[in-house]
Amino acid sequence: MTLVAELRSALDDHRVRDGRTELSLYRHDASAMEGAAVAVCFPISTAEVQSCVRIARRHGVPFVARGSGTGLAGGAVPPDGAVVISTTKLNHIVSVDVAARRAWVEPGVLNLDLSRAVAAHGLHFAPDPSSQQTCSIGGNVANNSGGPHCLAEGVTNAHVLALEVVLPDGNVAVLGGDDAEPSGYDLRGVFVGSEGMLGVATKVLVRLTPNPPAVCTMLMDFDTVEAGASTVSAVIAGGIVPAAMEMMDQLCLRAVEAYVHAGLPVDAAAALLIEVVGLPNGVAADTAAITEIATTHDVRTVRIAADEAERALLWKGRKSAFGAIARIKPNYYLHDTVVPRRRLPEVLKAIYDITLRHDLLVLNVFHAGDGNLHPLLVYDGREPGVLDRVHAAGEEIVRVSVEAGGVLSGEHGIGLEKRDLMPLMFSAVDLAAQEALRAAFDPDGVSNPGKVLPSPARCGDVMDAGRVARAVAEGAWI
Amino acid sequence: MTGVRAVVAPAGITWIEPAEMTASCGAGTTVAELEEALRQHGQCVAIPSSGSVGGALAVGRSGLRRLGYGPVRDALLQARYVSAAGELVKAGGPTVKNVSGFDLCRLLVGSRGTLGFLGDIILRTRPRPRFEQWFGGAVDPDEVLARLYRPTAALWDGASVWVLLEGDPGDIEQQIGPLGLTAVDGPPELPSGGRWSIAPGAYRSLRGRFVVELGVGIVHHEDPLPPRAVDPVIRDLHRRIKQQFDPTGRLNPGVDMFDG
Repeated sequence: MTLVAELRSALDDHRVRDGRTELSLYRHDASAMEGAAVAVCFPISTAEVQSCVRIARRHGVPFVARGSGTGLAGGAVPPDGAVVISTTKLNHIVSVDVAARRAWVEPGVLNLDLSRAVAAHGLHFAPDPSSQQTCSIGGNVANNSGGPHCLAEGVTNAHVLALEVVLPDGNVAVLGGDDAEPSGYDLRGVFVGSEGMLGVATKVLVRLTPNPPAVCTMLMDFDTVEAGASTVSAVIAGGIVPAAMEMMDQLCLRAVEAYVHAGLPVDAAAALLIEVVGLPNGVAADTAAITEIATTHDVRTVRIAADEAERALLWKGRKSAFGAIARIKPNYYLHDTVVPRRRLPEVLKAIYDITLRHDLLVLNVFHAGDGNLHPLLVYDGREPGVLDRVHAAGEEIVRVSVEAGGVLSGEHGIGLEKRDLMPLMFSAVDLAAQEALRAAFDPDGVSNPGKVLPSPARCGDVMDAGRVARAVAEGAWI
Repeated sequence: MTGVRAVVAPAGITWIEPAEMTASCGAGTTVAELEEALRQHGQCVAIPSSGSVGGALAVGRSGLRRLGYGPVRDALLQARYVSAAGELVKAGGPTVKNVSGFDLCRLLVGSRGTLGFLGDIILRTRPRPRFEQWFGGAVDPDEVLARLYRPTAALWDGASVWVLLEGDPGDIEQQIGPLGLTAVDGPPELPSGGRWSIAPGAYRSLRGRFVVELGVGIVHHEDPLPPRAVDPVIRDLHRRIKQQFDPTGRLNPGVDMFDG
């Protein structure tokens, strides 16, 4: 039997697609790097995922799990000839334990849908990527996703207790557990963030977080980016970890204000959106302390959301930033690096210098509280040669971040995008250890091969990074 | 044992960055020394306060504040460890947020020295609470979990409850008032026969003398930990990981990862 015929007999005719048009829809994720799958499967059970994995293996082709396809680093781009295992029909909340604050969910459940489903119990799922209306829990697991509110709560890994997975050899196992200290190595911990290379998650036990009794959302604006960034460091050093601490620079403020009309300070160099949550007195004390710290760092105005409507408006401004930039240029390339908070001013300055040198516009809207930069290069893809400049500037930004004591990615993952930049951060020996983990789970390299880890021949040869940039397709960079 | 050499990790604090909420030290540094240094900056680490930092990470067991502070595994950001081949390997990264590559720190925490020896490490720190107080009383544990907003610790011995609350004293007063809890000196003495791990919802089925960490599922019991079944698939995965990281079985030989 052919691969597709075998998949159809295991699943269902309608849930295995191999039409040319349909396959083309699965060539890429939210990046524009492309691959070519041979079939897309829509399993509805763990057993069906297991069948997909076993059949792919039998036919000697790789497989890749895919959630909502909102990833920005090419993690879900199918390796050529791969079977895509879509989790969109594995979209049920299996059980919710309100008292123990946890839920078993299938990987295709959307992030915001989960929070909405448990809202009546006063609970939510803490990781809140900007794509939370669209992205799936399985995708969050694969990328160890973050979001504005991960400053105080931690990223996805801190909110996943156990995973039922189909391993690359087709066996099913539960990693981690419902109990406090499962025995053995923390396999759950290494699976989260492994970008689909250690198997396919089929059920996820997530931790749910109680909704806070009190919330205070503040918008502060500054005459200089440095003053805003110094405020961030001073708040943390002062022993306060707000729920969120986001920064927008002037170009971003202007684009967003034209879009949402929230009364943003468009003449400021930078603004901070800070949210404090908890019990009422504690929130009031933190709000006062943060305001005082900002005052010593020359804050211009402090706007405190008077009600839920104003709070929602301020957050809408933050979360719609990526939509708003379409008013400036039709295309953008979003970067994701982390630097130590105290280095934010100098790295931001370097980013402005780099983009100026490459004649590009840059907007900065990012998770300042944890030093997670998101420089957004905006451009018009129809302009000849502009993509080369975008890529060159992007690589310089990554280098500057790592040289400042930072890391390659804070929440988008490595995927294909930064695979060949891994040697900026890791030696050949470090990378070999990561390869060893991969080999233990997937000795034959069938689960989403070609991502994250540069091939050994390429280790130490960062110059090759240009190769990936050139391989990236022209067109809309979402 | 003949042919076995004890290896000592470097000790000493390398740096503390209060504005990053990170600290770097040798794995041989005592938790007490690190805690004392962090106290100067109003910070602490979510690691149980006995022995060395490396030891605590290698064992991976959390302290009584896990409900509020999270598990030990979330505290380790970066480790440089000595591999079975004698090479120095870096795992993770120095920043509080990082998804660059596979997170080998996760594998190292709780691995009991079977995959590599921790050399120097970077930890996430957290602010010390401005105010904290233990409370106790004969209150229903479900009531406590449902009514209190994010206690740092909650314990139950089958009759009484102990909770640790942090934050603003006025907030705390309002929290405990309706529950009828009163201030106490600290947690109860913990039975030391065995450290059990249960689903946090299963504490009603406990028998004998015990103190359970509510909302977490750690049980300090008078009896040893009952044997736990291990899925053969999981056991095989462990064997393959050990084989990859320590093919000749040099590191901490004889340690069974499923024993206790």
